[in-house]
Amino acid sequence: MPFISNTPAQQKQMLAEIGLSMEDLFADIPRELLTGDFNLPDQMTEQKVREHLAALAGKNHIDLTLFLGGGFYDHFIPAAIYSVISRGEFYTAYTPYQPELSQGTLQAVYEYQSAICRLTDMEAANASLYDGGTAMYEAMMMALRITGRNKIIIDDSVNPIYRVMIHSYTRNLSIELDETHCIDGHANREQILKALDEKSAAVILQNPNFFGCIDDFSDIAEAAHKNGALLIVSCYPISLGILKTPGAMDADIVTGEGQSLGMPMSFGGPYLGFMSSRMKYVRKMPGRIVGRTKDRDGKRAFVLTLQAREQHIRRDKATSNICSNEALCALTALVYLLLMGKEGLVETAQLCAGKANYAYERLTAIPGVRPHFKTKWFFNEFVLDLPCEAADVVARLIEKGYAAGFPLNRYYEGMENSLLVCVTEKRTKQQIGMFAEALESAL
Amino acid sequence: MFPEGLLYTKEHEWAKVEGKTATIGISDYAQEQLGELVYVELPKVGSKFIQGKELAIVESSKAASDVYAPVTGKVTQANSQLESKPELINQDCYGAGWICKVDVTDETALKNLMDSKQYEEYVKGL
Repeated sequence: MPFISNTPAQQKQMLAEIGLSMEDLFADIPRELLTGDFNLPDQMTEQKVREHLAALAGKNHIDLTLFLGGGFYDHFIPAAIYSVISRGEFYTAYTPYQPELSQGTLQAVYEYQSAICRLTDMEAANASLYDGGTAMYEAMMMALRITGRNKIIIDDSVNPIYRVMIHSYTRNLSIELDETHCIDGHANREQILKALDEKSAAVILQNPNFFGCIDDFSDIAEAAHKNGALLIVSCYPISLGILKTPGAMDADIVTGEGQSLGMPMSFGGPYLGFMSSRMKYVRKMPGRIVGRTKDRDGKRAFVLTLQAREQHIRRDKATSNICSNEALCALTALVYLLLMGKEGLVETAQLCAGKANYAYERLTAIPGVRPHFKTKWFFNEFVLDLPCEAADVVARLIEKGYAAGFPLNRYYEGMENSLLVCVTEKRTKQQIGMFAEALESAL
Repeated sequence: MFPEGLLYTKEHEWAKVEGKTATIGISDYAQEQLGELVYVELPKVGSKFIQGKELAIVESSKAASDVYAPVTGKVTQANSQLESKPELINQDCYGAGWICKVDVTDETALKNLMDSKQYEEYVKGL
């Protein structure tokens, strides 16, 4: 069925019946906002369209060796993932309507929630959100609901893209955002403790942080709780194979970007926001939650639960305006975790950290290249200071087949020469060696 | 049908005013309409409410509804028993199922409430 199901003749007849013209229907829209011309190209044949799009796609550098992270990571994706998620029974972007009819999908989502709880060491997880940034925003709103307060403390070592999202979401809400400035790659304890007061709803931190540095926020959790505030931690799921979990740090809400769990890097996604929390806050958690129960015959059954918090029932008072999720991406993450298993996840994280450490030694040995931070506590990303502007070096290395990293001056003042370099388990010793040579010659 | 001595709102809350203190709950009509309650979100002690503002949330398996403040005042006590036993509202909405106690700060607003006869008439008309 076409989107507009009536014909021009029927439209004319209906307008005549009510005595209006097509223009009258748009009379409420200011003239200057109406455009007659969308500046679209003329129509093309299918063959021409294919050629045109292929030429555009050809401009992409798809065969670069990636040393670029900054929130999205180039991890190995087992082929078995696609075989499972592309089954017709699973292949939908959403939790289905009449969800209880789709027991298999609900069971998969329930298992995904359980996996996220195990991974983050928390008690309750939702059925997913759009991406790491929106998940962090939702966690912030959840903290405001729980505490009834309106101040948020966020350290600038949190992913700058997430912080931009939080700023735009909160621009027209009466929320006080207090941004602290990280010191030597670590969350600024002094500023955070000073900012914590009786108005504070939550402290938002990230581990490993945007610079790749790792931390233990247990002390900040304790200080926050003493002030009646919550600790929100955004984390990189792969790193949890070896790092202290947010749950063990006594975080209250955990969020993150789930792309590294079996999803390819692609501009614009689809990506996966995950969220977990303490059981006592479950009613304040946004989004869909699948629960396990028994049907009338006493058999195990899965249902969407706690729906009374949601938009279709609570309307404008719902816990979130996100009534959807990323069901297929959540399934991908689940299948990835199941394929990797406990040992596989630990091994992957160890390989990442080990190879990153090797690359760090190799790259900082290049004359003129220095580590930006004194700390050596990083997971699989680290910041290098180059003798020239990082963005220029990145541009030169693209020509040589490398995505050399993330030039930090895009989001951090005074870091013109700083490059965020990432190494995953996919990089080989040989690639790292060749990259070091290429970097040296590009300076 | 509805206990005398209580004051009622059109949104089906009741208030029992004794001196400066008002005890607040929802009426039998309200609890019956909602069905079995599974959760009550209580107001914080010390928070202030103006008559008609959202005071609490009662949640059944099929709906979550606001409870509006029948009086203007400050919350002095919340019925924490409801946290683990929300069904007390279904079982005894005028007794053990009370929601909170409020220190009434504006007595003139009490005039906007109905007595049990008026409320009974009102419910009959629904």
